[in-house]
Amino acid sequence: MIAIFLKRILLAIPVLFAVASITFFLIKIAPGGPFDADKAVSPQVLKNLNEAYNLDASNWEQYVGYMTGLIQGNLGPSFRFPGRSVTEMIATGLPVTFELAFYAILIALVMGVFLGVLAALKRNTFLDFIPMAIAMIGICVPTFLMGPLLVLIFGINLELLPVSGWGQLPGDKILPSLTLGFAYAAYIARLSRGGMLEVLNQDFIRTARAKGLTERMVVIKHAMQGGLIPVVSFLGPAIAGLLAGSFVVETIFQIPGLGRFYVEAAFNRDYTMILGTTIFFSAMIVFFNLLSDLAALWLNPRSRDA
Amino acid sequence: MKINNLGLLLALILVACSKSISPVDSSVETGVFHFGNGSEPQGIDPHIVTGVPEHHILISLCEGLTIPNPNSGGNLPGAAKSWTLSDDGKEYIFYLNKAAKWSNGDPVTASDFVWSWMRILTASLGSQYPDMLYYLEGAEDYHTGVTSDFDEVGVKAIDKYTLKVNLKNPTPFFIGMLSHYSTWPVHKDSVLKHGAIDDRNGQWTRPGNFVCNGPFQLKSWELNNKIVVEKNPFYWDAEKVSLNEMHFYPVSNVMTEDRMFRAGQLHVTSTLPSQKCPIYIEENNPDLRIDPYMGQYFYRLNIDNPSLKDVRVRKALAFSIDRKLLVEKVTKCGQIPAYSFTPPGSNGYQPDTKIPFDPKLAKELLNDAGYSEANPFPKLEILFNTNEDHRKLALAIQQMWQQNLGIEVELVNQDWKVYLSREMVGDFQVSRAGWIGDYEDPNTFLDLMRPNRGNNKTGWEDANYDSIVERANSTNNQTQRYELLKEAERILIDNMPIIPLYTYVRSYQLSPDVKGYNPHILDHHHPKFIYLERD
Repeated sequence: MIAIFLKRILLAIPVLFAVASITFFLIKIAPGGPFDADKAVSPQVLKNLNEAYNLDASNWEQYVGYMTGLIQGNLGPSFRFPGRSVTEMIATGLPVTFELAFYAILIALVMGVFLGVLAALKRNTFLDFIPMAIAMIGICVPTFLMGPLLVLIFGINLELLPVSGWGQLPGDKILPSLTLGFAYAAYIARLSRGGMLEVLNQDFIRTARAKGLTERMVVIKHAMQGGLIPVVSFLGPAIAGLLAGSFVVETIFQIPGLGRFYVEAAFNRDYTMILGTTIFFSAMIVFFNLLSDLAALWLNPRSRDA
Repeated sequence: MKINNLGLLLALILVACSKSISPVDSSVETGVFHFGNGSEPQGIDPHIVTGVPEHHILISLCEGLTIPNPNSGGNLPGAAKSWTLSDDGKEYIFYLNKAAKWSNGDPVTASDFVWSWMRILTASLGSQYPDMLYYLEGAEDYHTGVTSDFDEVGVKAIDKYTLKVNLKNPTPFFIGMLSHYSTWPVHKDSVLKHGAIDDRNGQWTRPGNFVCNGPFQLKSWELNNKIVVEKNPFYWDAEKVSLNEMHFYPVSNVMTEDRMFRAGQLHVTSTLPSQKCPIYIEENNPDLRIDPYMGQYFYRLNIDNPSLKDVRVRKALAFSIDRKLLVEKVTKCGQIPAYSFTPPGSNGYQPDTKIPFDPKLAKELLNDAGYSEANPFPKLEILFNTNEDHRKLALAIQQMWQQNLGIEVELVNQDWKVYLSREMVGDFQVSRAGWIGDYEDPNTFLDLMRPNRGNNKTGWEDANYDSIVERANSTNNQTQRYELLKEAERILIDNMPIIPLYTYVRSYQLSPDVKGYNPHILDHHHPKFIYLERD
């Protein structure tokens, strides 16, 4: 397993290098620049700004300069926010995005696995149909609808929870975590159900029952270990997706996470910020995919023995 | 990460039975003003930043020679307690308030202003607003490198508290321009402690480092979360400042901002979801505010485009738009139909141009230009940045041009930066535009259409127009000046390189607890006049 781990880490380096290079040239192709504004700046001012940010050099020179900085861990200054470095901005937004993703995935796992296993065990009964119908709704209702709906009910009508913010008012983390968690809970519920149904029909489960184990032991000790492998495989991309894709929830709930920086950087043509966040999210995707692959390998006795 | 938050989550959902006290409710006691501020500010260096959210924060932190008048009208004393103007209108003497201090207790002196204005005119700083000071003698030459001697620029410290400013021409709007943050001072020692005079990335604007001379001082700054400013005890008029703190929230999503206001998390919003405005008007929502605003929504016509070269075509397009219908049925938030480029009433200026809605005349003009059913007008393209409101308006105009002139119109929406770059290189036929005045004078609009102005973008040049505006700005008599500007405005509308559509309004929500937040045509609200009181 260590060999697999090292091999995947080594493979990640050219992947990230390619991501950085492609992104660099793609943003150069995109029309418009960081200093284009409604109130156009004079050619003299534009020249001064381009000099200040080395944008007057050739693309190739800029590319070499950027990649050299990147190797040294320097992601450059933000063009949009003078005085702020990209590293500082990622470091500011990341803990918030991580915390939101953590609560969301926790909610998703608790709800999703519980409902999925319940549905599998009570197949073709109400306890199967209702949770799966809810899961289908969860998959279909996008976060940009779910979020405002929850706000309307719990924030504005019942006045129980704050409608926005993060760590400013008591309970302001609840609604965003639920909004983001619901969407993933729905997927996890369906995956758990499918995985459990497959495992519950296998011989080793019949053997476990024949040995006289209680149903609870059969489910928890034997069935869930294999039945949840699809969920574990899903978790890697899901966590990466949660980190990179929390933009909508961050915007709806006014959360100072990384997702907003990422999307707004693209709109602002904040070149260094686009590059920095893209490379960072790519690294996260690679890392969490690797973790989930390793976890799935470890959970599956056949591949573990191999 | 706190796992107990999850417990809190479940506990709150299951057993919550008490309603929480909102920040707005508690602020009458605490004196904290919660301000919806649009987007995350670029920064708070008054010589670097360019936007409206930045202005809202800076007006609480720094103070220029004069401050905006909360009841409209002429500016009030700020860092300068009084000033005199020479008979030829070209020399100002500002007498600084000796009680004015920086937030670290240092006195605010005339040389602080000289150094600050030298900083914004330093080319390598890359400030985007140096032209605000181009009205000073020698300022443009210094900025563009014609001279490197700042002594040639018309700003001098006569003594510690007396500042002399020499202008190229009489500039009646100069005092008004001093409300703009680009003319405000920065604390020399603080700036130089964290970088050179031209360092854009200096850390002097961080909490703990930032020193300025306004009614508030910077307390904390959480990126994309909030900026907190607290009362500055060294401010010369601190007694008048009633608020203890201001919290600025960068809420870029208008629906989120609306919900925050409804839940009592904000005292004031930066704007209003456009679809909600007519509903709030109908409901007589007491929190809704629709104030006059010095801004114009218009369409630029690219006169270098073969189809739009003929002024008769441009007029036909302008005359076939029913502006009244646009504001009543499309924008629906109190906007005013526009028949001039400068919003009427800007500092007493009333343009007398007219743009009739006359489809018959429009059709005749188009026929005169050589277009008929046999020779139809080629397909026309309206360019706008992706936005639902711009799309709705463009759809209405598409229909009016189709119906009244038989012109086929295609709508093209582009991402903001793509739209800007296409406008900049003249890759458009008709493009939507908006302009908000920097200061309260028609010149902030009419100057735009002079040749070689980067924001003209239409390709239209008229030597007569240029010389009239130039002449107007060289005269010291305001009545005569306005007459000349009206003449320029008539030339502009007669040539129609732009089609005015409506005059903006400032629509937002304001808590009834907020007092002293008066309508202001430039949307400038000096925080020392604002206080919180529950009726």
